[in-house]
Amino acid sequence: MAASPHALSSRVLTGWVRGCVWYLERRALQESPRRFLHLLRNVNQQWVTFQHFNFLRHMYVTRLNRSFNQQIKPKPEPVPSPFLEKASLDEAKTEIYKMRPLSPPSLSLSRKPNEKESLELEPTPVIEGSIAVGTETKEEKQWKEMKLRVDDLPGILARLSKIKLTALVVSTTSAGFALAPAPFDWPCFLLTFVGTGLASCAANSINQFFEVPFDSNMNRTKSRPLVRGQISPLLAVSFAACCAVPGVALLTWGVNPLTGALGLFNIFLYTCCYTPLKRISIANTWVGAVVGAIPPLMGWTAATGSLDAGAFLLGGILYSWQFPHFNALSWGLREDYSRGGYCMMSVTHPDLCRRVALRHCLALVAMSAAAPALDVTTWTFPVIALPINLYISYLGFRFYRDADRKSSRKLFFCSLWHLPLFLLLMLTCKRPAAQGDAGGPQS
Amino acid sequence: MAQVSRFCPPRKSCHDWIGPPDKHSNLQPVHFYIPENESSLEQKLRELRQETQERNQQFWANQNLTFLKEKEEFIDSRLKAKGLELRAESGQKATLNAEEMADFYKEFLSKNFRKHMYCNRDWYKRNLAITFFMGKVALERIWKKLRLKQKKTSN
Repeated sequence: MAASPHALSSRVLTGWVRGCVWYLERRALQESPRRFLHLLRNVNQQWVTFQHFNFLRHMYVTRLNRSFNQQIKPKPEPVPSPFLEKASLDEAKTEIYKMRPLSPPSLSLSRKPNEKESLELEPTPVIEGSIAVGTETKEEKQWKEMKLRVDDLPGILARLSKIKLTALVVSTTSAGFALAPAPFDWPCFLLTFVGTGLASCAANSINQFFEVPFDSNMNRTKSRPLVRGQISPLLAVSFAACCAVPGVALLTWGVNPLTGALGLFNIFLYTCCYTPLKRISIANTWVGAVVGAIPPLMGWTAATGSLDAGAFLLGGILYSWQFPHFNALSWGLREDYSRGGYCMMSVTHPDLCRRVALRHCLALVAMSAAAPALDVTTWTFPVIALPINLYISYLGFRFYRDADRKSSRKLFFCSLWHLPLFLLLMLTCKRPAAQGDAGGPQS
Repeated sequence: MAQVSRFCPPRKSCHDWIGPPDKHSNLQPVHFYIPENESSLEQKLRELRQETQERNQQFWANQNLTFLKEKEEFIDSRLKAKGLELRAESGQKATLNAEEMADFYKEFLSKNFRKHMYCNRDWYKRNLAITFFMGKVALERIWKKLRLKQKKTSN
């Protein structure tokens, strides 16, 4: 058993490397012979493993140097050596910035330890703890250079602008546009779509810019780009400005000034009122609900050019929806909010939290009845929407009565499908335009 | 609780380096790069960032440790009041469910409210100052590069 690893390695490696590998093997065999043998089997199977031995060489040269010179020389590139524990391999995998496919013949043996090129990860299992990797080396490997790579920028900016939330916001705007009593104008719609999307990206980026140390301390938000240093605050603010200015300009001059004003106001409300208020008072939830209510209003004003009763009804629906959605979500985050210093109803006024959620579920029922009265939809709508409205109200009641994690989760997940379905039903029951309806899209 | 990092970046690197989250504060420490020809503005920025990092580290490490400590004390006192053992027969620590912990969360939040208010104000001011200085430094660097290019083209 002991003979074959030696024979194998001396065939594969150059004499220069042999000494280091011999050292490695001795230590490996002392700790985990089977796993080392497995790794060496893989050496025969894959060329790319040649890289491992290169790194091996570098690692051990570094380590030998260190033990002589008492110097710490961490690896700059986030590539694992085969002798790292699997856990940190997975970690390193997720944090690799740039990968390059290997071409073994082009590799030179004289590669320096501190070169910054990334190499392809070897998916074979690694020896766990076979070589005593000191905790300081493991920690050192988790240090990342704060250098922005252009390839990563789209992903980083998508996360910074909370692209999924932006998509939801834009879809509520689109619903507002579609439900407005005006002929559907595609150019106007597209301008509204893009303008609102840009405004939302800007607002979300500024929100993240303000909340870095707080986001670090909450599980839900600790992987955000500014928290992880993937982008500088200056770049984040510049990006926000580059979204806000064209976004609001597009809405103001491409659609109409009212929509532009609403967009600008919403950015201000979200970044300068809601965000700081989260740490001052529970009133932040109501402000946040207004922030959520404005996008459909913008869609409506983009189509009709004015704020009328139908617009406010739509806004009211989105406003009310925020409460069962957010209050139920916040029920499970009480520990994080308390530790992080966030003033949320679920922590400070739990009874109020559940009461408000139930109240607004019932308000949704009332508003779906008001929709035909305000000529937004036909009378079919409250009838066909009744089952889903009753269901969410039932879950709201259960949350109010039981006040536990189970009921809060059920209410939260229900709110996620309730809103799109509700809006879809509204669209299908939209009141058809009356004869001679002159609702113009733009003022 | 002051973090002393033994990390030393490679000599070739001319960027900042960011480390893994600190186990107490959950904040990721930054090792700032000091260029050879650092201007006074750049130095001011670096020192401001360093100071902000240290303050944040201290605050959040203290905050989180205090939270854990007081949480333990709360659990112990509640369990004792109930007359229950602190450890079950299996040897695992007995815990309270989320509804029972709610009183603690509310109390902790209100107790630390003023501390958070102060910290928020401080953080907002520093964050804006840092970003403003970053902007100034960026402009300064662009200006230097342009002047260097001008000199080269004139030569």
